[in-house]
Amino acid sequence: MTESRQPRHAAEPDPAETPATPAETPATPATPGNETPATQTQDAADAELQAADAATATSLDTAGGAMRPSAVPVSGQSGTVPGGPDSLMRKIFTGSGMVSVLAVLLALILGGLLIASTDKAVSTSAGYLFARPSDFFSAVWSAATRSYVALFQGAVFNPRGSGAAGQFAPLMETLTIATPLITAGLGVALAFRAGLFNIGAQGQIIMSGILAAWVGFALHLPVGLHLLLVLVAGVVGGALWAGLVGFLKARTGAHEVILTIMFNYIALYFLRYLLNTPAFQRPGETNPISPILDPNAVYPQILGSQYRLHLGFLLAIAATVFVWWVLNRSTIGFEFRAVGANPKAALTAGINVPRATILVMAIAGALAGMSGVAQVAGTEKVLTDGVAATYGFDAITVALLGRSTPWGTFAAGLLFGAFRAGAVQMQIQTGTPIDIVLVVQSLIVLFIAAPPLVRAVFGLNPRKKKATTSKKAATTGAAA
Amino acid sequence: MKNSLRATFKRGSMAGVATAGAAALLLTGCGAAPTASSSASATASDYTGCIVSDSGGFDDQSFNQSSYEGLKKAEKDLGIKVNQVESKTNNDFEPNLRAMVTAGCDLTVTVGFLLGDATKAQATANPDKHFAIIDFGYDKPIANVKPIIYDTAQAAFLAGYLAAGTTKTGTVATFGGIKIPTVTIFMDGYADGVKYYNEKKGKNVKVLGWDKAKQDGSFTGDFEKQDKGKQFTQNFLDQGADIVMPVAGPVGKGAGAALKEAKAAGKDVKLIWVDSDGFLTAPDYKDIMLSSVMKQMGEAVETVVKEDKDGKFTNAPYVGTLANDGVQLAPFHDLDSQVPAELKSELDQIKKDIADGKLKVESAASPKA
Repeated sequence: MTESRQPRHAAEPDPAETPATPAETPATPATPGNETPATQTQDAADAELQAADAATATSLDTAGGAMRPSAVPVSGQSGTVPGGPDSLMRKIFTGSGMVSVLAVLLALILGGLLIASTDKAVSTSAGYLFARPSDFFSAVWSAATRSYVALFQGAVFNPRGSGAAGQFAPLMETLTIATPLITAGLGVALAFRAGLFNIGAQGQIIMSGILAAWVGFALHLPVGLHLLLVLVAGVVGGALWAGLVGFLKARTGAHEVILTIMFNYIALYFLRYLLNTPAFQRPGETNPISPILDPNAVYPQILGSQYRLHLGFLLAIAATVFVWWVLNRSTIGFEFRAVGANPKAALTAGINVPRATILVMAIAGALAGMSGVAQVAGTEKVLTDGVAATYGFDAITVALLGRSTPWGTFAAGLLFGAFRAGAVQMQIQTGTPIDIVLVVQSLIVLFIAAPPLVRAVFGLNPRKKKATTSKKAATTGAAA
Repeated sequence: MKNSLRATFKRGSMAGVATAGAAALLLTGCGAAPTASSSASATASDYTGCIVSDSGGFDDQSFNQSSYEGLKKAEKDLGIKVNQVESKTNNDFEPNLRAMVTAGCDLTVTVGFLLGDATKAQATANPDKHFAIIDFGYDKPIANVKPIIYDTAQAAFLAGYLAAGTTKTGTVATFGGIKIPTVTIFMDGYADGVKYYNEKKGKNVKVLGWDKAKQDGSFTGDFEKQDKGKQFTQNFLDQGADIVMPVAGPVGKGAGAALKEAKAAGKDVKLIWVDSDGFLTAPDYKDIMLSSVMKQMGEAVETVVKEDKDGKFTNAPYVGTLANDGVQLAPFHDLDSQVPAELKSELDQIKKDIADGKLKVESAASPKA
């Protein structure tokens, strides 16, 4: 694992190199805070930057008034203080992939038990548990597996479908539902890598949905141009809404969590207000539902009209590649990560922190905006006050599960899409309440936030890991 | 050291992957079991009635719940098969409806205007299947969709007249959850009932919370936050109102709580419930429950299912009115003694006049039938 870090280290842009090397040794005491063993997957630069931070932080103190005044109130920033709340958040967001997989598994097991506990056959057989325990256990097993098989059939492959097209229809449905989750999740993940906890995807989806839908139903333009304009309107809407948060944060130091939560409310009530105005209602009706978007303004269905899968999914793949490129291959992405690791150090290193804050929020908003477009131009084709569903909040979970990496988020989005698509089938086939999927999702978050719990459940000894972590830190220093 | 560490990680992740793989195998391995049970139900030739909720779910204490209960009652009374699916988001409408058609439903009931487009799409694609939609009518009727709509203003008119005739302070109030036609129609009727009382009796009872001419008033913003209902009601009480009609589903309980507090403090206050008979469905507020404006959705659903089962399906809208008892003013129950006999007979007369068409109750939100 340590070897794999070296080439990436070499590939990093220059700025970090010079301050990083002399700082390696003093950095060692700071790293034990990073106890999760597989944080190595988190790229090398972060460790480098933390090392650099330690060095620059000391030089800051001695520098006296020589440093130029910070445009960002330093106290308002989420610097990585070892052991501080932000470093905990960081650990939760960038925990190991294995913990993610195990968390999903554990959540599914508990969900299965929950399904079983509400099953009639189970409660009946529990009545004579001691007389004939085999009945009880087979009832538990069949209740849980029946539901999960239905979930699988609704999410991936349905053997009873008519022909290959019908059999793979559930998979297409999964991809369709995953589309807005992926793009909004990418927005949350990207902002997090810059140290910003963006809870505003919900509001950003709503604002982009409003703009995209309005362009879609109020204007009447030729094929191609209309859809392009819908997409641009949605993406710009989301970018502006989130960029405003970035601006307020950069200029006033207001905390982005508070700002994004409040902006979610503003967006929702603005949407409800608009839906009560004739401009956003269907002619002759007073229900809060917009006219249907022009046929030219909606995403084409890429695999034919029998599936809901639309062009937005391909754009979501493109967005994932884009975010990967920004984070790992571009200067601005390096700046984002530097600011995320330690804004003070980034400022000293000559990075324009306010600019990076605004920019990363704007890009995050643009990504969430793509979700808004996927909703109004992809699946729903109208604007209602449920346009964002709960995708903005699910996106946080998706980013969490994907450890804030682009492809991790992509995979997590697919998983959650599968859950949502499968839940419908599960409900219809077995009568299992759709809420069970929400419970499983919530359990996943719970377990990801508590890696020691997951490790303990699966018998992975945490004490051993802790010891090896500091050894690892030592070897890192030696290797450098 | 480094190598042993890596080995530990590898072992750990391998174990995880192996477990996940095993789970996946188990899931796919058992695929046959549910197939057998569900195909068994598909081969049964019995009539199947189905229902798709909107995002409120079947426990919304409002139209989803009433419609669902109606279908459940039909299951028991008519011996039909029932299939139901809840929508969590608007995105679920289309897959849910499609799943219902696939599941072989003869009649699918969809709840609420939000499902209007999805129902239309499925109905057009499956002309041999029947659909019914609650609280929504189409401009252009669709051959296999029966709208179930309510002229709620008629019953709310009675409630307004009752409130105006019972108030001690000369001020009554109402508020809504979200400003949508199915809510404002209650408020229109209520305001008109008070106005009619004032005209007839030469009184000046005031209505707080709704201005029919401007079509604007007090709304809590959703159908969930009960504390807002409480806050609104306290404001109305402070302004002198003594009877409140919340048109906000569960938020009405907040109004009930505020009124109970006022009653405990010695004020003579009353509550008018909506949708169902609150005396039965919200028994906590029995002692202040004057009456309820009822929409008999369960009965309507059962009737439509029965008609369809008997092969008498039509796409003509079912419009609930005072004449067909689709909308009603609930009995006064415990507060019966507080309603003067004269007022009762006047209400009976008004009900008769409305049912006969002698008295017109109009609302912008009334169904265009």
